[in-house]
Amino acid sequence: MRRKNIEERIFKSLAAAATYLIIAVLLFLIVVILKNGLRALDWGMLTKVPQGGFYFGEEGGILNAIVGSFYLALGATFLAFIIGLPVALYMNIHLLRQRFWLNRIRFLLDVLWGVPSIVYGAFGFTLMLLLGLRASLLAGILTVTLLIVPIMIRSMDEVLQTIPRGLLESAYALGSTRSEVAIKVYIRQALPGVITALLLSFGRGIGDAAAVLFTAGYTDYIPTSLNQPTATLPLAIFFQLSSPIPAVRERAYASAVVLTVIILIVSLAARLLSAKYREHVIK
Amino acid sequence: MHRRKIIDRLISGWMAAGLFFVLMIPLAIGLGLVLKSLPILKILALPELLGGSIWKPLSGQFGFKPFILSSVYVTLISFLIAGPVCLLSAIYLTQYASRRLLSLMQPVIDILAGIPSVVYGVWGVLVIVPFVIRLAELREVAISGYCLLSGGIVLAVMSIPFILNILIEVIQAIPIELKEASLSVGASYWETIKWVLLRAGFSGIMAAFGLGISKALGETIAVLMVVGNVVQIPQSLFEAGYPLPALIANNYGEMMSIPLYDSALMFGALILFVIIVLFNGLARLAINHGERYR
Repeated sequence: MRRKNIEERIFKSLAAAATYLIIAVLLFLIVVILKNGLRALDWGMLTKVPQGGFYFGEEGGILNAIVGSFYLALGATFLAFIIGLPVALYMNIHLLRQRFWLNRIRFLLDVLWGVPSIVYGAFGFTLMLLLGLRASLLAGILTVTLLIVPIMIRSMDEVLQTIPRGLLESAYALGSTRSEVAIKVYIRQALPGVITALLLSFGRGIGDAAAVLFTAGYTDYIPTSLNQPTATLPLAIFFQLSSPIPAVRERAYASAVVLTVIILIVSLAARLLSAKYREHVIK
Repeated sequence: MHRRKIIDRLISGWMAAGLFFVLMIPLAIGLGLVLKSLPILKILALPELLGGSIWKPLSGQFGFKPFILSSVYVTLISFLIAGPVCLLSAIYLTQYASRRLLSLMQPVIDILAGIPSVVYGVWGVLVIVPFVIRLAELREVAISGYCLLSGGIVLAVMSIPFILNILIEVIQAIPIELKEASLSVGASYWETIKWVLLRAGFSGIMAAFGLGISKALGETIAVLMVVGNVVQIPQSLFEAGYPLPALIANNYGEMMSIPLYDSALMFGALILFVIIVLFNGLARLAINHGERYR
């Protein structure tokens, strides 16, 4: 009896220690990033494009990367949305009774979700050569779209699955067609989830480096058309950090804070907005 | 009435087309990478490519062994750290901790899972690399700090939110009656966890680990930033490694100027794709299998 209790004690404290270790490490991570970054961050960094190149230039800012990242992530999120939303709706309305196929589609999407972004990057590069594109905003958007489409569909799908069957049946009983059910009932009912899916995909798109490394290129200027290369925040951080000049490396820390803050805002917005739109949902 | 039917047809058609497009993505990726790696597969046999340890693109020697081994080592280190910690923590959060702690942790885990890998890389350079140098000094080895161990630790920290999230879900999915039955016949909490929960959740836990490993295998930027990137078969934790994703990411610039180089890199991407799809697929199957009997 006593040994049993000792064992219980030991493992309970080990488990508690593991949990608090995780919390501590993760807090430490945020603190280190903020502390190093805020020191180097100033207003000029956010409002100017780099002067003298991203690698050696100590002057100017990272506006090109901030704007470039937003263009890229917004474009990709938009494309992924116009593909992803219809697919998620189709799965939950048209294929509702095809359990066999639904399971297989979901399985495939989950596996796609796990494919690393460097593979998407390599594939995007191949696709780019095939289509005769150069490294550009457009090629970057297309690659990131492929990367986030599975995430978009599966997170919308999870919400659509929770819609009660009765709602669908009532709409049919009133003579709705399937697409009317999709647009007028399902989208509204799943709105909080759709918003979360959008912001989740946006966050994934704006933070990804490996997929845009090959495809979006890099430049010190803000792109003015889809055919121009564009800078992105993750790559700005990566390149600045590999610079031999300490002052430029400092700027990488500042850029990391900018990216982290954007991600935090996106994730906070997802929580607030999805709570706000929940009031229109029929329970 | 007629117009509504036509609109319904159009919209349904768009939806089906979208689904078809999405289902084609994995096929297109696989096919594209295979086609691109054919030139190198024609010249060098598969065992030569996978088992060769000499990497000299200029003289046409492409041995992937250093990269594959580096990938395996880094992933293994990260798993040995993150696996037990996550399992213990998931047990604590679901079995011992107050509900408040769990609901407090959930958004924190989500946010951390969303932090881009390049930020983890910056943190690795700032914190882990100096830490590993200090660690090596204790054993009186002087190193740069950019090595397998650093890569493994950074990867472990990155994959903790990811693995923990799935583990919590898996453990919560185990029917509460199993636990109640065990407790009611006099087992202690820990005995219940050890003999009942860990057994009932075994396939789910393995699946969570599988997903974590496959995520770690494909992780690029964060590892690339701290792992050293030297082509060699690493002999110790403190030596630099060069994982597959880093190889692809680092060399895309010059790959078009050397014959077969691009094909070799695409073959590298193909290896990653195949291994990760396999791992992921098996893990997902295990999870789905578990859910069916819930």
